[in-house]
Amino acid sequence: MSQMIKTSLTVNGKRHTVTALPDTPLLWVLREDLKLTGTKFGCGAGQCGACMVHVDGKSVFSCLLPVSQLSGRSITTIEGLSPDSSHKLQKAWLAEQVPQCGYCQSGQIMRAADLLKSNPRPTHEQIVEHMSTNICRCGTYTRIVKAVERASREA
Amino acid sequence: MTGAAGLTFGVAIGVPSLFDATSANAAGKDVVMCPYVTISTDGTIAIMSPAAEMGQGSLTSLPLILAEELDADWSKVRIVPAPPIEKLYGNPGFGGLMYTAGSFAVNGYFTPLRTFGAQVRQVLLDTAARRWNVPGGELTTGPSMVIHEKSGRRISYGELAEFVEVPAVAPKIEASQLKKTKDFRLIGKDVPRVELPGKVNGTAPYSIDAQVPGMVYAAVLRAPVEGGAPDRVDDSGTRAIEGIIGTVQLPYGVGVIAETPWAAFKGKNALKVTWARGGKAWGHSTEQGLRAFTAIARDESRSGVAWEKVGDAPAAMKQAANVYEAEYTCDYAYHAQMEPLNSVAAVSPNADAVEIWCGTQSQSMAVTAAANALGIPVERVKFNGSLLGGGFGRRGHRDEEFVVESVLLSKATKRPVKLLWTREDDVRNGRFRPLYVQRIKAGFDAQGKLVAWHHRIVCDQVLAFQDPVRHKLVKGSDGIALRGGELKTYDTIPNRFAEGMLEDTGIRTSSLRAIGVGPTKFAVEAFLDEIATRRNLDPIALRLDLLRNQPRARAVVEEVVRMAEWNKPRPAGRALGFAYIDYTGSQLGGIAEVSLDKKSGVIRVHKFWCTIDCGIAIQPDNVIAQTEGSIVYGLGLALTERITFKDGAIEQSNFNNYPVPRMRDVPEMFVKVMPTDNHPTGAGQMSTPLVAPAIAAAVYKLTGARLRHLPMTPEKVKLALLEVDRKLA
Repeated sequence: MSQMIKTSLTVNGKRHTVTALPDTPLLWVLREDLKLTGTKFGCGAGQCGACMVHVDGKSVFSCLLPVSQLSGRSITTIEGLSPDSSHKLQKAWLAEQVPQCGYCQSGQIMRAADLLKSNPRPTHEQIVEHMSTNICRCGTYTRIVKAVERASREA
Repeated sequence: MTGAAGLTFGVAIGVPSLFDATSANAAGKDVVMCPYVTISTDGTIAIMSPAAEMGQGSLTSLPLILAEELDADWSKVRIVPAPPIEKLYGNPGFGGLMYTAGSFAVNGYFTPLRTFGAQVRQVLLDTAARRWNVPGGELTTGPSMVIHEKSGRRISYGELAEFVEVPAVAPKIEASQLKKTKDFRLIGKDVPRVELPGKVNGTAPYSIDAQVPGMVYAAVLRAPVEGGAPDRVDDSGTRAIEGIIGTVQLPYGVGVIAETPWAAFKGKNALKVTWARGGKAWGHSTEQGLRAFTAIARDESRSGVAWEKVGDAPAAMKQAANVYEAEYTCDYAYHAQMEPLNSVAAVSPNADAVEIWCGTQSQSMAVTAAANALGIPVERVKFNGSLLGGGFGRRGHRDEEFVVESVLLSKATKRPVKLLWTREDDVRNGRFRPLYVQRIKAGFDAQGKLVAWHHRIVCDQVLAFQDPVRHKLVKGSDGIALRGGELKTYDTIPNRFAEGMLEDTGIRTSSLRAIGVGPTKFAVEAFLDEIATRRNLDPIALRLDLLRNQPRARAVVEEVVRMAEWNKPRPAGRALGFAYIDYTGSQLGGIAEVSLDKKSGVIRVHKFWCTIDCGIAIQPDNVIAQTEGSIVYGLGLALTERITFKDGAIEQSNFNNYPVPRMRDVPEMFVKVMPTDNHPTGAGQMSTPLVAPAIAAAVYKLTGARLRHLPMTPEKVKLALLEVDRKLA
């Protein structure tokens, strides 16, 4: 674990080869090697969700995933969610003026995108339960719910 | 218009243009109208925004205030973060510091920004009057346009910029020349916040995102107790990790320099360090602190710093027919801003200049601290501002320790350094809202009037640690620790005395959202609820009587009572609790609907109603957002959040043992902004202190138990319930 190795990753549809210590979490490879800094470091412990990305379509804590285990997997970050902020959740997030400091919002949006993919018309309770993996210290929760509901309606 | 210039040995990559532009528009000719306003001949108007943006919305709301008086076309406004030049961009409310805190950005900058906007507008009017040879009094303005109604002529601000002559001295503007509230077309109309688009696609620039060519990464193992220093350092395990560049000894810890963040973190964890004890905090524990502070609170021979003194409370107390007293305590609390502390610094090879990228609540403190660390003039510091991933008071300390740390490590390694604090570092090396023990006495006369109030506040000192410069200016008082002890709007209490016993325990302390107002108003409002019960009064009626001279306060109370239908029966197992706060002039009423699981001791807040009058509301929807967020923050401080000390060290480490509110914990919220035509008094944290006393009052109604400690954890709740059972038995 203290020697670097090479791993090939597919991120937002592009293949990359990175050299890193094998237990390096995906988060740091995305941010510092691939310069995809929209994915954020919040706790490093799978507690806050600021680092959430999709691996093979499902939301995961990228701060916990060793990069060496991701060879051949397909990763999507906030930068790959849409090319021009046109994803229905991104539009809903702006319509509801959700972000305050904004630091957790990439993770929140990736988490919500995962929900709408498997459940396009979630109930209020389903949204709350699904989104409770992610912390927003500014307390934008009420508006996040409204934005997910709006995106769900407008889908 | 630019700050320190000429230092470009590091170029930021991936930091979008929001923060690297100083001109209005490259396509047109730029005319600097004043330090805040540049108008381009293509009509673009660049307006400087002097406050840090940490989520509260000042980046938008401050330029909006100026644009209102300038009568600018908002769609043509470009907002530029102001460079760290205090004499141009300082907040007059903070003695000219560029310091964003205290919900004081709009409050402090409101009048100057309106004046600057009106001055620029006047220069444009004068220019048009000369050009058209008409009396200035015949001209008006519309959005970015000077208009001569009589002749039907119009000229845009951009066209005027072609030939405007900016006078050496700005025209004088009287208060009477400023717009009337009813004429506002930007203020109060909810324009979208300018930086939000970048916050939904990952491009919004935070300092943790900065990348500089040749940059390396640093993590620091710091002494577990304030005042400790590395004694024996074994870094052999660290050096065995690939990617480690080396270690750097600091006065209070050991820095690990690496090619990647992960190698730096692993290297830090592999350090073996023994610590030399120094400072006062060794041995300090929460229990011992509470015991010591309680003894001080009860020892009336000990007096403190007077915070509010009206009449003669001790004398009136002696004359009182009935005296009530109670004690309230609060644990230490942690900010938990989502972006852990970090900073990027690039020191020049001979250490005579530095460029920094950091998210700070004070641009000027950061520059000064970096300059002092290197012994260079502030002009040799190039500051690159960033958005802040939350501030809440953590990023505005005079020493800017995280910025200085990155500067020292860059100097030592002769490379640009990105310093990263892990969440565990951010907790264990945190700076906290202090521990509080408060004792309040209230005396009633024979006619049933509340005539004497004596509030004794014992806590760790804050300002002396956080900002020794300001501490000296206020002659030893502590507006961070003690604020809220004043009862300005309960002015019908003729004798009031609030005093602070500010203890130097050696613990690192900090302003934290709602500062002392959180703990002190918890005590004040929870105590008033107890008094109401003991005197068989309705808690609302008691407040309204005390507020009888305060129409704005009464209005927010009466409205929140109406919204929550205070007198309507609740579902079984639920009850309402009420609190009122005057937060530096902003008036708030709050009502919580609460249930309690007696077996587990877990409190649940189902609904929260809140009214706020913050004077003129610049961005009313953002006032609602801030108020909702502040309620959520107050919920965590009320119920779950506690930092505890054992032998001087912090026992918590991450969100697993410092639980903050999640979506499933949040009540349904009903917030009503009740703007009045008064000077704006702030909205960024005002509802936080409402939450705990409102919950405590509701729990009393449900159970008969008085909760006098924050947070109201299940353990504390169960203890209080046992006490009720014992009394009944």
